[in-house]
Amino acid sequence: MSLRQDIPAVHISGPDPAPPSSAGSGPGLVRLPTSAAAGPGRRRRLPRGFARLSGIVLFFAVWEVAALVGWLKPQDLAAPSVIFTTGFDMLRSGALESAIWVSLQRVLWGLAIGVPVGTALALLAGLTRTGENLIDGNVQMLRFVPIIGLESLFILWLGVGETAKVALLVLGVMFPVYINVFTAIRAMDPGLHELAEVVGLSSTERLRRIVLPGILPAFFMGLRIAVAVAWLLLVFVEQINASNGLGYLIVQAQTFFESSVIVVALVSYALLGLVSEGLVRLAERRVLRWQPGR
Amino acid sequence: MSARASSTAVDAATGHGADAVVVRDLRRTFGGREVLRGIDLTVGRGQFVALLGRSGSGKTTILRALAGLDAGVEGELFVPERRAVVFQDPRLLPWADVLANVVLGQRGRDARARGLDALGEVGLVGHEYDWPKTLSGGEAQRVALARALVRKPDLLLLDEPFGALDALTRIRMHALVARLCARHHPAVLLVTHDVDEAVLLADRILVLTDGTLSLDVPVAFDGPRDRGDPRFAALRSELLAEIGVVESESAVTLGPEPSSTSTPSAGRPSPSTKEPHP
Repeated sequence: MSLRQDIPAVHISGPDPAPPSSAGSGPGLVRLPTSAAAGPGRRRRLPRGFARLSGIVLFFAVWEVAALVGWLKPQDLAAPSVIFTTGFDMLRSGALESAIWVSLQRVLWGLAIGVPVGTALALLAGLTRTGENLIDGNVQMLRFVPIIGLESLFILWLGVGETAKVALLVLGVMFPVYINVFTAIRAMDPGLHELAEVVGLSSTERLRRIVLPGILPAFFMGLRIAVAVAWLLLVFVEQINASNGLGYLIVQAQTFFESSVIVVALVSYALLGLVSEGLVRLAERRVLRWQPGR
Repeated sequence: MSARASSTAVDAATGHGADAVVVRDLRRTFGGREVLRGIDLTVGRGQFVALLGRSGSGKTTILRALAGLDAGVEGELFVPERRAVVFQDPRLLPWADVLANVVLGQRGRDARARGLDALGEVGLVGHEYDWPKTLSGGEAQRVALARALVRKPDLLLLDEPFGALDALTRIRMHALVARLCARHHPAVLLVTHDVDEAVLLADRILVLTDGTLSLDVPVAFDGPRDRGDPRFAALRSELLAEIGVVESESAVTLGPEPSSTSTPSAGRPSPSTKEPHP
């Protein structure tokens, strides 16, 4: 038995007392780092949020300087400060607000029709054999048609008005919702269906108590994708034919070389996308409180 | 005290008098393999029957047939209208709170009150609005038990309900189930592979071997059952032998390997009786 003097707290006994600090040889003891051991050497850091913002701040600073110095021409890309004033002016004149409102309405219509239709189709296909035969094959087939290519057909059928735009959004929104919900119905724990059998649930009760709550997580997943798809398709339809809305602003600004207006419209799209995604997440958190890990 | 494979369906023509379960010539094949080869079984009202067998012996197949979950069985089955099942996993709806899980499928104005009563009986007062995710394994299984009790079953089917619980929780659950069954007196079929559990709880023990009932013994000693009781040990050895675990196989020897000197004394309780290896 030997006792090392430099680490008085640790007693090592046994035939081969390898010192804890020496790496390698034999079954010795090693000191694991604890908070006490790592104590005073720590450096104070900026709060995490500020640290993360530093990259973004640097990006805008470089951009502003590049525009000031003349490396960026205004018709290619305006300085951040110019874009900010342009946005402020557009807000004050009401031009931005009305464009946002028009675009938002198109997205809301697309979601309001597409999401329920996608969900209903998925329920029919997932829960009934006939539904699956009639619906699922067609959906899987259509899924591979590049959806923006269909807009030409919609314009042919419906003209260049709002209907053709909303129609494309409806179709685009349906797929993610349908696929997520249908998969969830099929992947449902068969044990829960047995339970429904054992406790004697009617088919309506089974739908209300087991199937619908069970598909909610997948539904929200589909909804989040649907919201992203809706904004993406909106940008497209508003740029090929529109007489108002954010996309129309972009097309107009392009003809007049107003890069700042283009950026303002793009930022508006981004903020709208961010806010709508946030709203869906908020609803999801409230509705899915029961989920483990929430 | 053992009577080998003697349970012919006695006077099963009536099937509704003193019996809770009457099964005649129950058969089940899965993909050409015959899992149940003609089971005859009568369970009296209020009788607690444990069904033992190795894993894969078809115990759960019998239980599922009695639960009405298997439409592929052949033979005749008579069971009471009011049945309840407790599965090995609690099978709680994660999106419904505890009380809603207990009264799932129960209709009528008093369903809530009866649900609360049942929760009280399993000792979960105050948990009625908890989400299932917040419950421990033992608590979740007690909710499942309350869900079965609230149906006032004449036949309670327990499919290895304690199998996934830790040893200490299992001991408490045994006591709880024994107490509840003594109070409500349903006929019980407990499927298990734990011999001690069967001897501890049941009035009668069946052993399923190769698709037939190879042993049918009453558990004849009354009073509190104690593992130290020699009759407990004797019955336990008999059951283990029937399942195909010999005592030397189940004895655990501590010390350096190989252990050539270990000679386990017959009848001595040894800790490794769960899940006999085939």
